[in-house]
Amino acid sequence: MSELTGTGTLLRLAWRRDRVLIPVALLALTALSVGSAQATLDLYPTEAAAKAGLGSVLANPAVEAMYGPIAAENLGALAVFKTVVMGAVFVALLAYAVVRRHTRVEEEVGRLELVGAGVVGRRAPLTAAMLLAGIAVVAAGLLSALGLIGIGLDAAGSVGFGVAWVIAGIAMVGVTAVAAQLTTSARACAGIALSVLAVMFVLRAVGDTAGGGAQVLSWASPLGWANKVGAYGPNRFWVLGLAVALAAVLVGLAYSLLDRRDVGAGLLPSRPGPASARPSLGTPTGLTWRLTRPSVVGWLAAFVVLGGVLGSLVTSVADMASDPAVVDMLRKLGGSAGSITDIFLATELAFVGVAAAAAGIGIALRVASEERSGRGEEVLATATSRSSWLGAHALIAFALPTVLLLVLALVVGLGAGGQGEVPGVSSILGAAAARIPAVLVLVAVALLASAALPRWAPAIGWGALAVAFALGELGATIGLPDWLVKVSPFAHVPQLPGGEFTWTPVLVTTAVAAAITAAAFAAYRARDVA
Amino acid sequence: MVVPVNTVIETRDLRKTFGPTVALDGLDLTVPEGEVHGFLGPNGAGKSTTIRILLGLTKADSGEARLLGGDPWRDATELHRRVAYVPGDVALWPNLTGGETIDVLARLRGGIDERRRAELIERFELDPTKKARSYSKGNRQKVALVAALASDAPLLILDEPTSGLDPLMERVFQDELRAARERGHSVLLSSHILSEVEHAAERVSIVRAGRIVETGTLTELRHLSRSTVHAVVRTPVGQDISGWPGIEDVVVDEAGTDIRFSVDAEHVGDAVGRLDRLGITNLTCEPASLEDLFLAHYAQAPESVTV
Ligand SMILES: Nc1ncnc2c1ncn2[C@@H]1O[C@H](COP(=O)(O)OP(=O)(O)OP(=O)(O)O)[C@@H](O)[C@H]1O
Ligand SMILES: [Mg+2]
Repeated sequence: MSELTGTGTLLRLAWRRDRVLIPVALLALTALSVGSAQATLDLYPTEAAAKAGLGSVLANPAVEAMYGPIAAENLGALAVFKTVVMGAVFVALLAYAVVRRHTRVEEEVGRLELVGAGVVGRRAPLTAAMLLAGIAVVAAGLLSALGLIGIGLDAAGSVGFGVAWVIAGIAMVGVTAVAAQLTTSARACAGIALSVLAVMFVLRAVGDTAGGGAQVLSWASPLGWANKVGAYGPNRFWVLGLAVALAAVLVGLAYSLLDRRDVGAGLLPSRPGPASARPSLGTPTGLTWRLTRPSVVGWLAAFVVLGGVLGSLVTSVADMASDPAVVDMLRKLGGSAGSITDIFLATELAFVGVAAAAAGIGIALRVASEERSGRGEEVLATATSRSSWLGAHALIAFALPTVLLLVLALVVGLGAGGQGEVPGVSSILGAAAARIPAVLVLVAVALLASAALPRWAPAIGWGALAVAFALGELGATIGLPDWLVKVSPFAHVPQLPGGEFTWTPVLVTTAVAAAITAAAFAAYRARDVA
Repeated sequence: MVVPVNTVIETRDLRKTFGPTVALDGLDLTVPEGEVHGFLGPNGAGKSTTIRILLGLTKADSGEARLLGGDPWRDATELHRRVAYVPGDVALWPNLTGGETIDVLARLRGGIDERRRAELIERFELDPTKKARSYSKGNRQKVALVAALASDAPLLILDEPTSGLDPLMERVFQDELRAARERGHSVLLSSHILSEVEHAAERVSIVRAGRIVETGTLTELRHLSRSTVHAVVRTPVGQDISGWPGIEDVVVDEAGTDIRFSVDAEHVGDAVGRLDRLGITNLTCEPASLEDLFLAHYAQAPESVTV
């Protein structure tokens, strides 16, 4: 029997299971790229208008850190400026989700064993998962390229844009394939793969913002490659070769790891543990804390590192945009009286807030995943009330993003606070704190979804974050009406540091989070445990 | 309180539907205190649904359920201090050890008897230092069983607790059940298989399609079933023996001396007396097979069971 026997059947099975997820994701991605490009074209009908309007914004290092440098000063490059790298991150997330779903998750719940006992080659399940993810990634690039050509943009540049997305996607297919071989738990696989993605992003952001030799860092990251294609500018299609080579190496590594291990096992064997539980494990909160500790520690470490990176960037930001005309323009556009440094920090905090929300949502969704696995039932059959079980998760889910934001602000503040134009520790802490209520609204939504609709909780929880991010951070760019943008809690966060602080939006957002949380508790008490 | 204190489980006309599926269709179940009660029925009969309602995990559409004199939905948390539960499909936290899991489940319920815990771990030959992800199915089941049995709760609710246990371990489990009964504890023991509850249960209820179709002590149920008799007699008989009281399925050979029939429990003596008068040369009387009664209940529509 060949190593790959059965791949076709498994590929069809995987497609059958993902036939909603993938088309919806492809549709959303195409809408993102084509929609935002069309909005830019509507806003700047001519090249001259485009150059005049956005030329100076593009010199903003905060914007460069998030979206990468613009490929060229023409209409096409401007139209896709915000979606090349951000969209590439989303494509990478899609690739990651598909590969992980059909490999480590299947293995952990034991279904792969059922499959493996059939006429199926050893490498077939992994191959089928990678093929499906690869097809989805290429389809995402292709659809966007066609859509962009469709709205009248340059064909070569549009293909370049599609290539940029494919680069990020296939690199992530390889990364996830390797991560799935390393550990026995699907959660740990997620931790490894997403950390690698975060590192790729940070490398690219640092490379694109910091000048001089550090620029080479962008070339060390597949997300940097996506930007280096230079769609509508140099159109370096050959960069795709780098991604194909990287993916080939990673896939080879994943295969060789797979060949060396048993089904269900990871590379690291399970070691014996304590024969009895410590006293702290005997309460719902103690148990939840113990179960979430690895992910809490991982997030904390990531935020400390991120704080260090931002702290070292922020001091050099002022030098890079020292042209008084640019500074003046930025102030007007940002509606903020702050300095370049303030605007840089405010922008970075916005993105960091999204990551912190993701951390809290991950914890809140555990209520649903524990229930689906059957362990929730075992806990609720003890003297643990539903409120205390949900409360234990709510506590950690709300505390984690709060602590993460404050820790990051503290690291940035202690590293760079007060130097040159950089605001002091307390005002950086205040800026981070002002963002917490908006983050908690999204965590509360995930909690409510877990409490009311456990089956749909992951889709609702992550979907709400994606929508809030798209509306709040990209909504204005895509040209959405103001009332729609305001649906996002992120749209109500005061632009700090530098901007005006007002209590009303912060208090209202906090009240909304509290109300959603109360609804979650009520819903959880009222329904059947599935 | 409507329910006398000495009834630990009482449901009346319990109904529950899941969309188009009728899971419980007027289920009446009573378990008096101190009894090991077998809860038998085919796949999908509604055993787990009943148990989940009794544990307050699921809300019944209508009907009444009482657990230890309380309302299982409203008073769930309080009642659970006195109930230990083992689900049919035990799921454990993959990165906790078996020992940690036992402690967590028992402490969440309100405490554990350390001496019993050690004794049970030894009797079930469980390695408590192993991570749950590396346990076999039977060992996962043992973890849940030890956590339940060591808790000293006066009511045990066990949903197919022996699935996955080897015969030796099943015997240990049966011993523990008897010990629990001797301590005066009550047990609701759900199963598909009669032999599993036969050893320990004094009364059983058979559920089918969401209703109890038979309930009683094992002796009472035995009475419901029929014995098969095969006799060889000296004096030939005609087919007229089908007129004997309580007799059915008569087969007599051409010579009229080889007789087979089935007879209900009340009329066995009468039938044997009549055979005796014909001069018995050989007689086998197979006792009532409960297994046949169960299989008949499993296979047929609830109302039309005859054995
Ligand atoms: N959450 C649910 N959603 C939909 N249908 C359900 C649900 N739970 C149970 N059912 C249905 O209710 C019926 C009774 O199921 P139940 O689990 O109580 O059976 P059971 O007697 O425990 O069976 P088994 O011996 O196989 O465990 C079945 O038809 C089942 O499909
Ligand atoms: Mg069941």
